[in-house]
Amino acid sequence: MPKITFIEHNGTSHEVEGEAGMTVMEVARKNDIPGIEAECGGACSCATCHVYVDEGWLPKTGASEEMEEDMLDFAFDVRANSRLSCQIKVTDELDGLVVHTPEKQF
Amino acid sequence: MSNSPIETDVVIIGAGPCGLFAVFELGLLDIRCHLIDILDRPGGQCAELYPEKPIYDIPAYPIISGQELTDALMEQIKPFDPQFHFNQRVDEIEKLEDGRFHLKTDDNQEFICKNVVIAAGGGSFTPKRPPLPGIEEYENGSVHYSVRRMSDFEGKDLLIVGGGDSALDWTLNLTPIANSVTLVHRRDKFRAATDSVNKMLALREEGKINFHLGQMTEIHGENGEMTGVTIKGSEEEVLVKCNRLLPFFGLTMKLGPVANWGLNLHENLISVDTEKFETSAEGIFAIGDINHYPGKLKLILSGFHEAALMAQKVNAYINPDKKVVFQYTTSSSSLQKKLGVK
Ligand SMILES: Cc1cc2nc3c(=O)[nH]c(=O)nc-3n(C[C@H](O)[C@H](O)[C@H](O)COP(=O)(O)OP(=O)(O)OC[C@H]3O[C@@H](n4cnc5c(N)ncnc54)[C@H](O)[C@@H]3O)c2cc1C
Ligand code: FES
Repeated sequence: MPKITFIEHNGTSHEVEGEAGMTVMEVARKNDIPGIEAECGGACSCATCHVYVDEGWLPKTGASEEMEEDMLDFAFDVRANSRLSCQIKVTDELDGLVVHTPEKQF
Repeated sequence: MSNSPIETDVVIIGAGPCGLFAVFELGLLDIRCHLIDILDRPGGQCAELYPEKPIYDIPAYPIISGQELTDALMEQIKPFDPQFHFNQRVDEIEKLEDGRFHLKTDDNQEFICKNVVIAAGGGSFTPKRPPLPGIEEYENGSVHYSVRRMSDFEGKDLLIVGGGDSALDWTLNLTPIANSVTLVHRRDKFRAATDSVNKMLALREEGKINFHLGQMTEIHGENGEMTGVTIKGSEEEVLVKCNRLLPFFGLTMKLGPVANWGLNLHENLISVDTEKFETSAEGIFAIGDINHYPGKLKLILSGFHEAALMAQKVNAYINPDKKVVFQYTTSSSSLQKKLGVK
């Protein structure tokens, strides 16, 4: 099972197990990771599942699509490595993925 | 401005799918409704959050989008002539001595009705507040999340933030009356309608507005009066001088005034029984996402069922002497007459 590490803004780190097919947001919610609100339940409609993908992992997670990019307009402190975690599908390839949760969701 | 109170059978708070279907169920029983919603159009979450996304679990619709469902409901309730009051939030509910209810909105519209149906979903849609330190201090004058009166912005130095229709529409509309307008967006791509984007680009070209690529990081000012906002771009930071800020970052649902109506709540949801979906206050009902009972599922389907049972009890209140005859829309000529199909 692919492992995912969530690092909070204050540095607290959580390593949890994901399952291929789930989204990174769902993995976070299942494990009660603080800092991921996911108000819309993964419909790419709220931008409260905003994360920063650890730089080294960007080539593997790929870039966001247009709908996600539009939704990122509603997130706070958006950076080049910003993603909506409900739009990243967990795959075996992503075993070891590291993402950072922002200081605040909007 | 205060209008004279509107008197009606039932006021429905919230025009989401459940509020809309309540009009149908009440309408079959000859009960007329007024609906109030803070949004500017019907449909609640379906219209505001996911108009184009598919729903797969509406009975008999293998697939239907949020907007299509809203449009279909509007069509279905048309025979009952519901009266809509948009862009208003219900702030107060009070029981009158004669047993009726008095409601008041933030626009000072008053209603007097026999029963209240709360179909407030996840709460009222409220603009998202940028999490900038100290922004609250400026909300009494300098920061506006919507434009109620254009004159508030006359001769001011405006900072408008966002890339959607609201941000661009207000950039276009306020530029002629403001002293200066600066538009800030995090990227050089805009979600707004192409026509507005082109008009905005033209203003930019002519030097009538300033544009900065970046995001807000800090608000400056004193005693609640804003003097400027720091904008961080990919390379540099600039301090934009302004005395009015209009941030447009979409809407989120906040419980809002529902919490102050003295009803029994369960974790911010209104507790109801499962026979009539009545709240702890006799005569006030709650259906859809806003209510709670053991086994509750926040599904549109469940809200529709709740609307049907609620309507029976409202009918018993409003028409205590009328004998209730259970009828099908398929076969009852009197129901069909009400629906205008006979
Ligand atoms: C992305 C997404 C996908 C979904 N997919 C499905 C699905 O596939 N199937 C399904 O069954 N459900 C789905 N849902 C849930 C569904 O949308 C809700 O169950 C449904 O919208 C609830 O309807 P409602 O009428 O109770 O409330 P809402 O749709 O929330 O509408 C409530 C309305 O009340 C207004 N309001 C609240 N308080 C006040 C006040 N004081 N004054 C004035 N107006 C007020 C609000 O502004 C709002 O417009 C989804 C939800 C989301 C966000
Ligand atoms: S959960 Fe709402 S956008 Fe990801």
